Amino acid sequence: MSYVGSSVKRIEDRPLLTGEARFAADLSLPDQLHMRVVRSPVAHGRLLEVDTSEARSMDGVEAVWTGDDVREVPPIDFRMAWVEGLERFRQSILAADHVRYVGEPVAIVLAEDPYLAEDAAELVFAGIDELDPVVDPMAAGPAAIETTVVEKAYGDLEGAFGDAPVVVEMELAVGRHSGVPMETRGALACYDPLRSVLEMFGAAKVPHHNRAAIASMLGLPLGAVVLREGHVGGGFGIRGELYPEDVLVCLAALRLGRPIRWVEDRREHMLAANHSRDQVHRIRAAVESDGRIRGVIDEFWVDQGAYLRTHQVTVTELTTSMLPGPYAWPAYRSRGHVMLSNKTPCGTYRAPGRYESTFVRERLIEVIAHRLSLDSSEVRRRNLVPPERMPFERGIAALGTEVTYDSGDYPGLLDRTLEYLDYEQLTADLARRRSDGERVGLGMGFFVEKSGLGPFDGVRVTVDEAGQVLVVTGVASIGQGVETVLAQVCADALGVGIESVRVRHGQTDDLAYGMGAFASRVTVMSGSATLIAARRVRRKAVDVAASVLEADPDDLTIDRGRVFVRGSPGGPAITLGEVARRLRPGLTAGEPGLTAEGWFTVDHMVYPYGIHAAVVRVDPDSGQVEVERLVVAYEVGKAVNPELVHGQIAGGAAQGIGGALLEDFAYDESGQPLAATFMDYLMPTVAEMPDVEVLLLEEAPSPANPLGVKGAGEGGITAVGAAVANAVAEALGRPEEVTRLPLGPERVRRIAAGVA
Amino acid sequence: MTERTRVEVELTVNGRSHRVRVEPRRTLADALRDDCGLTGTHLGCEHGVCGACTILADGEPVRSCLMFAVQCEGMDLRTVEDLADGDRLHPIQQAFWENHGLQCGFCTPGFLMLSAGYLAQNPDPDEEELRAVLSSNLCRCTGYQNILKAVRQAAEVMRG
Repeated sequence: MSYVGSSVKRIEDRPLLTGEARFAADLSLPDQLHMRVVRSPVAHGRLLEVDTSEARSMDGVEAVWTGDDVREVPPIDFRMAWVEGLERFRQSILAADHVRYVGEPVAIVLAEDPYLAEDAAELVFAGIDELDPVVDPMAAGPAAIETTVVEKAYGDLEGAFGDAPVVVEMELAVGRHSGVPMETRGALACYDPLRSVLEMFGAAKVPHHNRAAIASMLGLPLGAVVLREGHVGGGFGIRGELYPEDVLVCLAALRLGRPIRWVEDRREHMLAANHSRDQVHRIRAAVESDGRIRGVIDEFWVDQGAYLRTHQVTVTELTTSMLPGPYAWPAYRSRGHVMLSNKTPCGTYRAPGRYESTFVRERLIEVIAHRLSLDSSEVRRRNLVPPERMPFERGIAALGTEVTYDSGDYPGLLDRTLEYLDYEQLTADLARRRSDGERVGLGMGFFVEKSGLGPFDGVRVTVDEAGQVLVVTGVASIGQGVETVLAQVCADALGVGIESVRVRHGQTDDLAYGMGAFASRVTVMSGSATLIAARRVRRKAVDVAASVLEADPDDLTIDRGRVFVRGSPGGPAITLGEVARRLRPGLTAGEPGLTAEGWFTVDHMVYPYGIHAAVVRVDPDSGQVEVERLVVAYEVGKAVNPELVHGQIAGGAAQGIGGALLEDFAYDESGQPLAATFMDYLMPTVAEMPDVEVLLLEEAPSPANPLGVKGAGEGGITAVGAAVANAVAEALGRPEEVTRLPLGPERVRRIAAGVA
Repeated sequence: MTERTRVEVELTVNGRSHRVRVEPRRTLADALRDDCGLTGTHLGCEHGVCGACTILADGEPVRSCLMFAVQCEGMDLRTVEDLADGDRLHPIQQAFWENHGLQCGFCTPGFLMLSAGYLAQNPDPDEEELRAVLSSNLCRCTGYQNILKAVRQAAEVMRG
């Protein structure tokens, strides 16, 4: 039987179900101190003096440090850098002479008890000479700081726009929202004198990168820092990036020689962890009268917040390069302005740049269709990249690799989706309901995702003498099911039962290199590396078994951990455990141990694609939008575990609905955040969620990796904003007025009333 | 700052007595996690919205972040650690596992305890009410449909 392709139950679930799991806040060490961060209460100001005397005099307070105490530590560097010369916009671990957003760390308190640390933090007084904040960088004029402009272009735009029969121009915006995982951030750092290493628990996403960054910032050799990932309560792009607090716990553990524990509260998380999205686009399309698009010019502004964090301008880079999506526009230019403001800094959030650009592009398509009195599905179809042009070279690069769509049949997916929806019947039903007075509508969004960002990942597979298999990977688990998926791949490739496979991840002393869990890359990269490593182990086992069984290696097979002559499961056999025993040092002339590493490297990403369709019902009086149906058609190449892919899509879809209707990190004019609790930052509950209908297709396997897989982590969210917005536009009979997400009640009421 | 006062409280958690010395302001959630060592109860917001810290107090699902430890003397407190019977998962745990009702698992103890308390009182819930009850907790990974499926299945199994 084959594990790959079947929905086996997750192997990592038991401790999560029983309460035995170990998330960052569940860890404690003897003699630990608790860190509390003092944060700026104002959006912008000159930091005059931080008075720590009262806090320091409290019993049980071990130390209080300000920016002056950590001046030797450099700012947090970029993990991904696409533009040179932006170093001056990086964030220091504690504010030095200015504060630039509410929540910026200005001091830390280290105390014997977390309640005491919080008490003491309230006694730290930061003298701040307030300055005017930039809250809306597009309206701020010369006060706004533009860090850089990212531009991508191809084709003849002059020709496209010169005598275009129709030009459609729109301004579209996506609000500020973010991953907001259920577990807040936390860390526990200690210096271990036995091994002379600084150890930090609570790492996630990119432990190997962060180990190198922390070592460099604190002036330690790479081998003197170990990062450990435990259970992680959701990632979504924002968790696991290197934040000031991670460095501060490590620094304090080194200086004080005691373990340092830090767990943020929810308000801190909303103020201090990465925000995302927050873009305004002005887009223009030159269109033939049959709906074919000749060219698109897009200019957009990203409200980056106060600093450039580890992603630098990654989101802007992805927005410009992925905006054309599934369409073969012959000419295109996009310029993204990365603007600073006095708000929480931004990073990536699930489908970064694609959620935003898909909303912009698919609203544009809808308005083009409206202007030309065409069905929007037909406008989409006329512009899709045709299958015969696959692999399709866009002619621009994203994240340092050429955008080359690896495989796909986009018109085929559109057909399948319309068929699934029973499109004509559905649109007729909705038209009837509208004529009965209901405000209902269908909206769609077609998108191309990107996944499997390289350049490498590695896995070591080892079989011990009891026949138990250990898969060690350099990637990370943020709750998405890594252990199960890698165990499935390994069990099949090696010929063992999945129950004998364990998977270990996120420990920087396990493997010399590891990239991490982001960009829907884990199954693509680490899955492929697992396949390579497991095949090597298999070959080694077969070679040993061949000499023991006096058989030709080509005649042997492995099943449930036993090696035997193919077709004779009852004949002579040797277990993998026994093979491992024969590979002890001294017993073999070759490398000892039944173990091998596999490394998978790629130059290009792979591009899954899909369609979201939403049916909504709007109450024009309350402004409430109910999502009656959400359909996600998604081509994933090959689903290693369909149930887990389904779970990824449904979860992404919920977050997409949040961004479309509810979630908004709003600020007042003084830069005070208006959504710093779950009372103000609303996320979908089960009451807002339809049963997401997933049409999972495995018809365009990727030629770019041995499993044929494309990433599944982000496609659930990508076009939800677009589809819901298009549906609301149809429901309200306001085809052009839906221009901004989220579609909260007030905005929807205004659109319904025609005063948007 | 005056000397911080602590009072002795006897908490009965999962049938076992824990004698702890806590400040009156200490939340029940912190006392369970840090004083009783039961870290299966998670804190997601500490202001009563997300429900990750849901436990049973005298059979009722409660937010343990909104209660003080000193309020809870004499109560029968049950946490997620109490659900499984040795190696055997509780039907609700089993149903979450079988229906892929969890991803990162951080919200899971809260959903399990909410469901356990609710199903004990309402063994045959109707769909609308079940949705209303489960809407009191937040999950950021699953999109909820598998949680709903799991609780429905658990209800069926528990009714026998």
